[in-house]
Amino acid sequence: MSELQRPLDGLLVLDFSQFLSGPSAALRLADLGARVIKIERPERGEDGRNLYLSDCVLEGESTLFHAINRDKESFCVNLKDPTQRDALNTLIKQADILIANFRPGVMHRLGLDYQSVKSLNPGIVYGEISGYGLVGPWAERPGQDLLLQALSGLTWLSGSRADGPVAMGVPVADIFTGAQLVQGILAAVFAREFSGEGSHVQISMLEAMLDFQFEPLTIALHDPEQSIERAAVNGAHALVAGAYGFYRTQDGYIALSMGRVEDLARLLDCPALLPFSDPALAFAERDAIKQILADHLPCQTTAHWLSLLEPADIWCAEVLDWEQLLAHEGFKTLDMLQSLPMPGGNALTTSRCPIRIDEQCLWGSQPAPQLGQHQATINQEIQSFHNALKGKSHE
Amino acid sequence: MTQPLKGITVLEFSQYLAGPYAGLRLADLGARVIKIERPGSGDACRNLATKDLWVDGDSLLFHTINRNKESFCADLKNPGDLAAVRQLIRQADVMTHNFRPGVMEKIGLDYTSVQAINPRIIYGEVSGYGNEGPWVHKPGQDLLAQAVSGLGWLSGNRDQGPVPLGLAIADMLCGTHLAQGILAALVRRQRATKRSGNDSVNKGAEEIETGNTGAKVQVSLLESMIDFQFEGLTTYLNNGQQSPSRSEIANAHAFLGAPYGIYQTKDHWIAISMGPLGPLAEALVCPALNRNDIDKEAFSQRDTIKATLAEHLRTQSTDYWMQRLNAAAIWASEVVDYDTLLQHPAFKAVAMELQVSRPAQNARGNEVTVTTTRCPLQINGQRFASHRAAPVLGADTAHIRQTLLAKQEVAQ
Repeated sequence: MSELQRPLDGLLVLDFSQFLSGPSAALRLADLGARVIKIERPERGEDGRNLYLSDCVLEGESTLFHAINRDKESFCVNLKDPTQRDALNTLIKQADILIANFRPGVMHRLGLDYQSVKSLNPGIVYGEISGYGLVGPWAERPGQDLLLQALSGLTWLSGSRADGPVAMGVPVADIFTGAQLVQGILAAVFAREFSGEGSHVQISMLEAMLDFQFEPLTIALHDPEQSIERAAVNGAHALVAGAYGFYRTQDGYIALSMGRVEDLARLLDCPALLPFSDPALAFAERDAIKQILADHLPCQTTAHWLSLLEPADIWCAEVLDWEQLLAHEGFKTLDMLQSLPMPGGNALTTSRCPIRIDEQCLWGSQPAPQLGQHQATINQEIQSFHNALKGKSHE
Repeated sequence: MTQPLKGITVLEFSQYLAGPYAGLRLADLGARVIKIERPGSGDACRNLATKDLWVDGDSLLFHTINRNKESFCADLKNPGDLAAVRQLIRQADVMTHNFRPGVMEKIGLDYTSVQAINPRIIYGEVSGYGNEGPWVHKPGQDLLAQAVSGLGWLSGNRDQGPVPLGLAIADMLCGTHLAQGILAALVRRQRATKRSGNDSVNKGAEEIETGNTGAKVQVSLLESMIDFQFEGLTTYLNNGQQSPSRSEIANAHAFLGAPYGIYQTKDHWIAISMGPLGPLAEALVCPALNRNDIDKEAFSQRDTIKATLAEHLRTQSTDYWMQRLNAAAIWASEVVDYDTLLQHPAFKAVAMELQVSRPAQNARGNEVTVTTTRCPLQINGQRFASHRAAPVLGADTAHIRQTLLAKQEVAQ
C-alpha cells in the first residue's frame, strides 16, 4: 500500500503520553497512516525510556520501548523556555490530534489542558487517558497496569479457585485502554470533518477495564445473587460451563472449547464422563467434568486427541508456545512479522498492525526514535510554517 | 456535541462477540446498528447462555453485547429477502460479518459484489486465523485463538501449565481492532469526499466516483492476539528467541523483574508494581532486600527476591503495608473483588452502571430491564448512555421495510 492510501494519511498526532496506554494508541494511529511526533522532555525523554525495561536492549533502548514507539518521531521541548514553548504552540496549531496520559491536573499545570490547546487550535481532537477518572477516591492513584488489574476485580477471573488473585501476564489495562481511546479519537476526527470542531475525548483505565469485564459485570449488576467464581480445576473462564479449558496430554496441552460432554465422552473414549451427559449439569458439575478430563487426557498425545475430535467438528486446538507458533504454517501464512533496519546496522524484528485495509497489511518502516532525533527537521518545518503565516499577514 | 457517528448506518451480519462488540461501540458513538438475523434463531449468541442466565428468551450475554441495536430478519438463502438486504446495503455506510471464509461469496455478499452495489461502503470482516493457510477451517473461538497464540505461557507461575486469560480477550480486542479499522476508513472516506468537493471547480465530480472512498477492513482473532503480545514477542524476537519464563511465584509479567506481582499478606493480598527495590525495602522495613546494587539483580535474581518479599509481606496486613507504601509513593494497591468493587465509592465515581430496557412486545409479553455497563469513553464531558435494550429477534423488520426499503423503492 503506498503511503498516500493509508486511511489517516495527512493527519498529524502530537503524542505527549508515556509508557504504554497512550503510546500504543499513537502507534495504531501511525500504522493507520498518521504522522506521530512524540513530544519529550530534553535529556531524560519519555519515562518509558527509563523506567519500563526488559533486559533486552537494542541500540540503546529497551525492546519494549522499540515495540511501542516504532514509526514515530521525537521532538524535545523544554516547556519553561519561551522560544521552545512558541515552537510547540506552532506545532499544536498544525496538529489534528493530541494524546496525553499524565495524572489529573498535570497538563493543566503545563498550560496544555484541553481549553488552552483548543484556544490555539479549535479543530484539535484531544485524547486523554487517566487512571481512575478525575474525581473519586482513586483519582490520584498511579494508573499502572497491575494496579488497575488489582483494583478492577480482574484478578479473580483467570486461573482456578484456589490460586488466589491471578494477574493477566500481559499489560491488558494499558493495551485495552489505548485501543478504546483510538476509537474515540477516530470517531471525533470523523465528526470534525463535518463540523470543523475538535473534541475532548477522555477515558480512564478503570472504565476501560470495567468495559473489558462487561460480561461478568453485567451478571453481577443484573443479578446480585450470582457469584462469579472460577472453576476449582483447569479454570479458564468463570462463566463458562463444561470442559472449557487447557488440559495436559502425554506430550503437551490441548484446549477444549465449548462442546457437549456426551460427545467428548464418546469421542475420547472416556465413559467416566457419561453420568454428566445431561447439558443441564454442564455448569453445576463442571469441576467434576474437568477433573475427569484432567485425569484422562494425559494417557495419549495431543495429536491423537485432535485426530479424534477435529473430524467430529469438536472445537479444540493444540496449546502452543511462541517457538511452536512461529514455526507453524498457520502463523507464517499471516505474514505478521516485520524487520525494521536501525541506524546502527541492526534490525528490529517486531509484529505488524493487526488490521488489513483493502487486503493490504500496514507495514512499519522505522524503529523507535532516539531522543530528539527529529529536532532539526521539525524545527525547520515550524520555521517555514511561521514564515508562511507572516507571508499571509503581509498580503 | 451530538454523538460523533450520528447519521452512520451499520449492518451487522456478525454473530457472537467479536463483530457485535465492534457494533456495540459504533452504536455507543452514535451509529444506527441494524443486526441482520436469520429468521427463527437469529444471532447464535441469543442461545448461548453463560451461567444459564436468560432474559425474555435470549441469553443475558446477548443482551450485554447487543443493547442499543435494531434487528432485521432476513433469510439470506431466500431471493426476496436477499434482494431486501441488498437494498439496505445500498444505503448503509458500514457492514460487518464473521462468517467462515467462503460463506459470503456463496451468498453473493462478498466485498466485490457489495462494492458493485455500494462503492462507498466500509466492509468489515472478522475471521479466526485469516483467509488462507492450514488453520482457515479451525473454529474462530476465543479459547482456541488463545491456545495457538502462545498466550497461555505468560500468566500464572512457572510450575503451572499454560493458563488462559479468564475473559474473551481475543474476541474483545479483535472487535476493537475492527472498529478502529472501520473508523479510520470512515475518516478517509469523508476526507476524500471533502477534498474532491473543495476541488470540484477544477476536477469535477469525477474524483468522488473514482476516489478510494470505500474500504475492506479485515481482522482476525489470531492477529489480534499477536498484536496483544507485541511487547513480549518483540523482546523474544530480538533476544535470540529465549522463551519467556514466568517467575516461580507472584508472576505478573514474564519480562519484568522483581517486585512486579501480587503477594499474599497476613489478611489478604497486595499488588506491587514496578520500581526500584531499595526504596521498596526501606518502606517495608525488609533488611534482607535493603542492600546496595540489588536493583541490578531485579531480573536475574527475580525468584529469590520475590520469595523474600513474599515471606516478609505475610507478616502484616494489607492495610499496614499500604500505609507504608503510600507514604513512600511506591506503586502498590490492595486487591479488590467484585463484592468490594461494586460498593466502592471509586466505582460509583465513574458511574459505569447503565440500565437498559424495552417495553413488552406483543408476542413476548415481558417488559425487559437489564443492568449492565456503559461505553467507557467520554466526549466533551458527555457520557454516551442509550437506555435501549437489545432487540427482540426481528423487532425492527416491519419498520425498516416501511421506511428504509420503501424510500428506496420510491427513489427507483
